[in-house]
Amino acid sequence: MLDTILILFAHPSYARSRANRALRTVAESMEQVTLHDLYEAYPNFLIDVEAEQDLLVTHDHIVMMHPFFWYSAPSLVKEWLDVVLDYGWAYGEGGKALAGKTWTQAITTGGPATSYCSDGRNRFSMDELLRPFQATALLCHCVWQPPFVFHASRQASEQTLEEAATRFCDRLKGLTHG
Amino acid sequence: MADAHVLQSAFVYLTATVVSVPIAKRIGLGSVLGYLIAGAVIGPYVLNLVGDPENMMHTAEFGVVIMLFLIGLELQPSLLWRLRIAILGMGGLQVVATATAITGLGIAIGLKWQVAFAIGLTLSLSSTAIVLQSLREKGIAGTQAGRASFSVLLFQDIAIIPMLALFPLLATFALDGNQVGAKGALAAYPNWVQGLAVVLAVGAIVVAGRLLLRPMFRWVATSGMHEILTAFALLLVVGVALLMQLVGISPALGAFVAGVVLADSEFRHQIESDIDPFRGLLLGLFFISVGAGINFALLLAKPLLILGLVAALIVVKAMVMFGVARIFRHKFGDAALIGLGLAQGGEFAFVLFAFAQGVGVIPASVSAPLILVVALSMALTPLLLIAGDWAMTHVEAGTHEPRVPEIEEGHPDIIVAGYGRFGQIVGRMLSAYGYKISVLEHDADQVDVLRGFGRKVNFGDATRLDLLRLAGAHDAKLLIIAIDQDEKALELVETARQAFPNLKILARAIDRRHAFQLMAKKVDGLERETFAAAVRLGVKSLMMMGKSAFAAERAGQIFTRYDERVLKLMFEDWQRVEFADYQRIVRDRTALEEELLKRDMVALLGKSDGDEWGEETLEREAFERALAAKAKSD
Repeated sequence: MLDTILILFAHPSYARSRANRALRTVAESMEQVTLHDLYEAYPNFLIDVEAEQDLLVTHDHIVMMHPFFWYSAPSLVKEWLDVVLDYGWAYGEGGKALAGKTWTQAITTGGPATSYCSDGRNRFSMDELLRPFQATALLCHCVWQPPFVFHASRQASEQTLEEAATRFCDRLKGLTHG
Repeated sequence: MADAHVLQSAFVYLTATVVSVPIAKRIGLGSVLGYLIAGAVIGPYVLNLVGDPENMMHTAEFGVVIMLFLIGLELQPSLLWRLRIAILGMGGLQVVATATAITGLGIAIGLKWQVAFAIGLTLSLSSTAIVLQSLREKGIAGTQAGRASFSVLLFQDIAIIPMLALFPLLATFALDGNQVGAKGALAAYPNWVQGLAVVLAVGAIVVAGRLLLRPMFRWVATSGMHEILTAFALLLVVGVALLMQLVGISPALGAFVAGVVLADSEFRHQIESDIDPFRGLLLGLFFISVGAGINFALLLAKPLLILGLVAALIVVKAMVMFGVARIFRHKFGDAALIGLGLAQGGEFAFVLFAFAQGVGVIPASVSAPLILVVALSMALTPLLLIAGDWAMTHVEAGTHEPRVPEIEEGHPDIIVAGYGRFGQIVGRMLSAYGYKISVLEHDADQVDVLRGFGRKVNFGDATRLDLLRLAGAHDAKLLIIAIDQDEKALELVETARQAFPNLKILARAIDRRHAFQLMAKKVDGLERETFAAAVRLGVKSLMMMGKSAFAAERAGQIFTRYDERVLKLMFEDWQRVEFADYQRIVRDRTALEEELLKRDMVALLGKSDGDEWGEETLEREAFERALAAKAKSD
């Protein structure tokens, strides 16, 4: 049996994001993927912790998919991290529920790839900016994967969108085949 | 000429109704007494404006049939099952005990036992028409006392059937010639045929009600003409009544059965609203006929005997019913109301007396005064009910309110005034959080229901300062006003503010105007009772229209913030200006604010049209579908 992937999808105005729609559509078409739309599930930010933990333990790979708001994620993702990753469950004493699962950030950005370096407008590389997520994943005993990044997604042509979707699809398949 | 006569009668009846009923209602006597007085006035013994009231009575009895049909319609079988103890127990005991008592009295004054027994059975019945109409008018039909009265009446209506079967066996004198019978067309056949016919008829109603009626109704409804549906509903009742008459059951009871059968059909409300006007008018006619039928000549001839019998009937019936109600654990006041309410003779007594005479049980010399007694006792019912109502509320007050300090002697954090649908939600939420709350509710029935569920509820009017004090208002921190009467709520704010200046007050506002009045009294906060629920439904609607859950949620929040801001602005206007100016200002202000709201909503959700299904969107979707297909095939 193939490994299963849980995509935690977070976009507050998803209807208007071409890039996220394209990536999401290909991901959803894959059998082993469960796409969980956080803003749709918790429009009032009242997260059902038990349901979320159940979802996590029943999947082998975790993918957090979101736009790169203020060098981080939309606010519901932070709320999710705060309440779902419990002490004694995901980390700390006896907290091994997520041990061994892979953790991937799948991110769309407004700026081009070249702006994410010490000389660029954003001053830091993606790897540097994603350190808080990496640290979180590691504290939860997860296996950190290099992030999937789709840069300059807003201006992307249809061809670029298509390429990005294919690339995302391959990444997901790569996860399940180890 | 016959037409002229009908028009004339109709004119007299309607004039009498239009004049006397509003007067009777205005002075608090209820419509039934109004009809009865109107009938007496136009009847043969006063103005003699109408012909034989007997004829009119027959038409009018159809009003009783319609009423029982409508009652049946409102009764789901589940409710009937829940009332079974009241119906069989209370109803059965009442009929047996009353009949026994009256039979005993009859034998004591020298009647043959058969005659006394038949009279006892007949007089044990009460008037379904008068009692239910009056209870409904007084708004106590839904209370425990109302339900109990209804159950007893229902049993009595059913008991008529065995009575009709029993009377021929009690015959004391030979009949001369042809037999008068209410038994219907099958009277000539042996008893088992009649019994079978009854079973078949009721079975036919049940089966037809389940299988045929729906398609028929649907078919009639496709004509699209409202009056045809009304005609069909009436046809249904008339048909059932005829069928029942044919097999010798009271048409009223048959109509009741038909109503119960139809109670869970989807056409229930349609039928109900279609024939309700007929019920009202025909019942009125029925009451008028009873009034017109009062034989004042006989009354004047033997006033002491007749009035003595009326008093005896009412006293015996009221006492027996009161006792039965107490046995079935009704409160003192409720039992008094039930007893006084059911103390009259019933409309079926007229039928039964005629029948008893026909089969040779009760001679006319005995039944004539008794018919008068029944009519007079019916005429007195509205007055007895007024007394009963008074007894219920006042005796209740006497037994309930001293209980207040016993129940809530602690020191609550919060007082909730009014524990109906609104107050219960607030109260449950706060006690779930661990606060000690003290509840004041002025509706005695509601209090009993809640106590039945194990809730601690004090009975009492929260606007009374002494009760507030007993409930612990002096050291509570918060008073929540959740009562549904706007004036009372304002009164309570004033009382509480003056007596307990440190108590914070939150209030339920019935509407916008009430909200302003509460704000003017400087409550610490308020919530309009329907606002939050309506916004929630708006949010759900946006989701149904395809907006994302988060956007819909936000739209609800934005709308709420907008509306609360407008409410505050309007309140300032409302305080400042005259009403006419206020309307104009509100119009202008609303126009401006609505523009702002629209701008915010569009920014959040996009334009309402063209956004989801514009050309660009469709192209994009086609593209995404192609992508997905490609990913799959890889």
